[in-house]
Amino acid sequence: MASKLIHAIYSDDDLLMQAVKQIKGAHYHIAEVYTPFPVHGLDKAVGLAPTRIAITSFLYGLVGLTVAVLMMDFMMIQDWPQNIGGKPSFHFYENMPAFIPIMFELTVFFAAHLMVITFYMRSKLWPFKKPENPDIRTTDDHFMVEIDASNHNVDKMTKFLYDTGAAEIKLIENN
Amino acid sequence: MSSHYEAPIREPLVTGDKSYHDVSVEIAAPIEGRANKSWWIVFSIALVAFLWGLGCIIYTVSTGIGVWGLNKTIGWAWDITNFVWWVGIGHAGTLISAVLLLFRQKWRMAVNRSAEAMTIFAVVQAGLFPIIHMGRPWLAYWVLPIPNQFGSLWVNFNSPLLWDVFAISTYLSVSLVFWWTGLLPDFAMIRDRATKPFQKKIYTLLSFGWSGRVKDWQRFEEVSLVLAGLATPLVLSVHTIVSFDFATSVVPGWHSTIFPPYFVAGAIFSGFAMVQTLLLIMRKVVNLEDYITVLHIEYMNKVIILTGGIVSVAYITEFFIGWYSGSPYENYTYLSWGAATGPYWWAFWALITCNFIVPLSLWVKKLRRNIMWTFVVALIINTGMWFERFNIIVVDLSHGRTPSSWAMFSPTFVDIGVFIGTIGFFFVLFLLYARTFPVIAQAEVKTILKSSGEKYKKLRAEHGDEVSHVDSDPTAKEPASNIREDLTEQFDEENPEHEDTVNADAITLSEVQKERLDEMLSRVGVYDPKTQEAGDLTKLKAVGPLLQQRLHQVGLYTFDQVSKLEERDFELLNELIDRFPNAEKREDWVAQATKLKNK
Repeated sequence: MASKLIHAIYSDDDLLMQAVKQIKGAHYHIAEVYTPFPVHGLDKAVGLAPTRIAITSFLYGLVGLTVAVLMMDFMMIQDWPQNIGGKPSFHFYENMPAFIPIMFELTVFFAAHLMVITFYMRSKLWPFKKPENPDIRTTDDHFMVEIDASNHNVDKMTKFLYDTGAAEIKLIENN
Repeated sequence: MSSHYEAPIREPLVTGDKSYHDVSVEIAAPIEGRANKSWWIVFSIALVAFLWGLGCIIYTVSTGIGVWGLNKTIGWAWDITNFVWWVGIGHAGTLISAVLLLFRQKWRMAVNRSAEAMTIFAVVQAGLFPIIHMGRPWLAYWVLPIPNQFGSLWVNFNSPLLWDVFAISTYLSVSLVFWWTGLLPDFAMIRDRATKPFQKKIYTLLSFGWSGRVKDWQRFEEVSLVLAGLATPLVLSVHTIVSFDFATSVVPGWHSTIFPPYFVAGAIFSGFAMVQTLLLIMRKVVNLEDYITVLHIEYMNKVIILTGGIVSVAYITEFFIGWYSGSPYENYTYLSWGAATGPYWWAFWALITCNFIVPLSLWVKKLRRNIMWTFVVALIINTGMWFERFNIIVVDLSHGRTPSSWAMFSPTFVDIGVFIGTIGFFFVLFLLYARTFPVIAQAEVKTILKSSGEKYKKLRAEHGDEVSHVDSDPTAKEPASNIREDLTEQFDEENPEHEDTVNADAITLSEVQKERLDEMLSRVGVYDPKTQEAGDLTKLKAVGPLLQQRLHQVGLYTFDQVSKLEERDFELLNELIDRFPNAEKREDWVAQATKLKNK
């Protein structure tokens, strides 16, 4: 973590968007942005790479489908190929219409849950996790930009941030 | 900023001059406050109903299914009726949060949280019935394909009842994580507002350490979107699978290919009716009329019209096909002349009236924007949809292929008791939820505030679409000073128009309050020390010397004045005077003062 950080607090999302663009324009390094709600387009303005979580979900869905097919093929066709109400149990495909509901459900089940778990792991969210937003107002109606201030003139930066409309500017030193 | 532009034809979704902070405060209010008396009354009733139902369940399981009104012909009646009814109710929640998200409907934001809660709680109720209607529920775990000591004896994957197990458990668990993930930012908001350490601890635990980083939000939105994309086919599949319980059978009236879409439409129909029932009460009880507006109610009524129409078309189709098939057995199915005139005619006509005829009234704009009428229609639809399932199950079973096994069904008190118990349990959960969870997704409502909030729509109407939405005075608010603007406005010292018996300058905060004070004094009369004598106000209940002094400050000296005070005056005094006694403590000052002034 940078040894010197500046916390600039904004009270409006439009102002924040504008400020983030200006800060990026001035080539300061934005370490983090905390907002109370999703500000659309902010991730692009900050320059974040798109998330790949949807791709993982697709892969997990394939896993679910595979599990369903292998499970039902083994249990219904390989292990106990019985005659239940005249349903054909010689090959998987012969009785596949009856397997489709569960194939579908397991695909959704795996895709949904494993993606959510991935999200929780990647974003480091779990029941006993301590919240890390530096100012509690950022979950209510304030927006905070955390900027790396090491190797910069703090006064000049402060003046610059003030001009972007920051309501509060704080210097944080980590030793 | 033009990014907040919205067509002026659209009505605002958030009424009142709301800022982001107002949204937080109003949504956190029911959680931070204490439950009132009516909450406790309703909660107790629900709890009693739940316990009664629990008793009935224990009685059933320990004595046997024979305590229900089932017979050899009719093996499914109230149990599966209630199961399908509850599952159906749950569907609106997912529809609102998932399907409407895919369609980018902004109005869902105010209702999705509660609709999702309703889903979860309704599916929990539904989930009870597949267990308790078993003859040997302690062997219920045999429905799971677990390796075992019987040579690994598996389940039969051909049965829709097994598909139900997978469908319902997937539906419940996916709905739960969808709901919970959406709750994280809102729990975080409550956590950061909490002042009591215990509350802080609980909401820290519940919010999973949510910090609102930009990356978190990016992932959060993607996860929500993908979950919505998964939940939409899920919600269609779950009720489809439930309908397979009937549609894949050979029973006349059950064996029907129209069931899957028709059941789903019916589920959304009944689900929205239940959402209306709950939200109409909730908006009133927790003061969220600014978020759940008449517009929301109208939109939901439009969905009810649509799905009700689909269901009606399905009724007509069933009726037609029953006749068109030429099969004599179809004449005793739940939608046939046989049903309309047979022993269950009342159930048939209840279905037609409640689901077909009454909802047609919502085509009238005045009626679908009428809150009372909406509530009545919603209750009628809930009843009607119960009858729909009852008819499908019981009427079709009662007159099967063999006349020698024709039978009638009548429920016992245990059947009814279990159903009442689930209603009680549902409300126990919902009432607890309404007091501990943020009932509106505040993080989502805040994203539409600038495009759909009344304040900003007015701004655009007055100053054109290119007007800036930036809060003009960003520096005014310090952490602790989140007070209403009109209260912090400074007092003008050089205002000459002020009664000289009033020394309110020290306590009034704004011009508005001063004006209200003057208005009050002109109504109750101004005290003139030359001609009048001040009464001993400490004779009033809860008035001590200090409060008397304060009352003098605002110009109240005589009992005559106090006797003329009105409710709004008390509100004003409450604002002006520190630790002004509440209505209970001051009891009836007006009556006391009327008595004292005549002495």
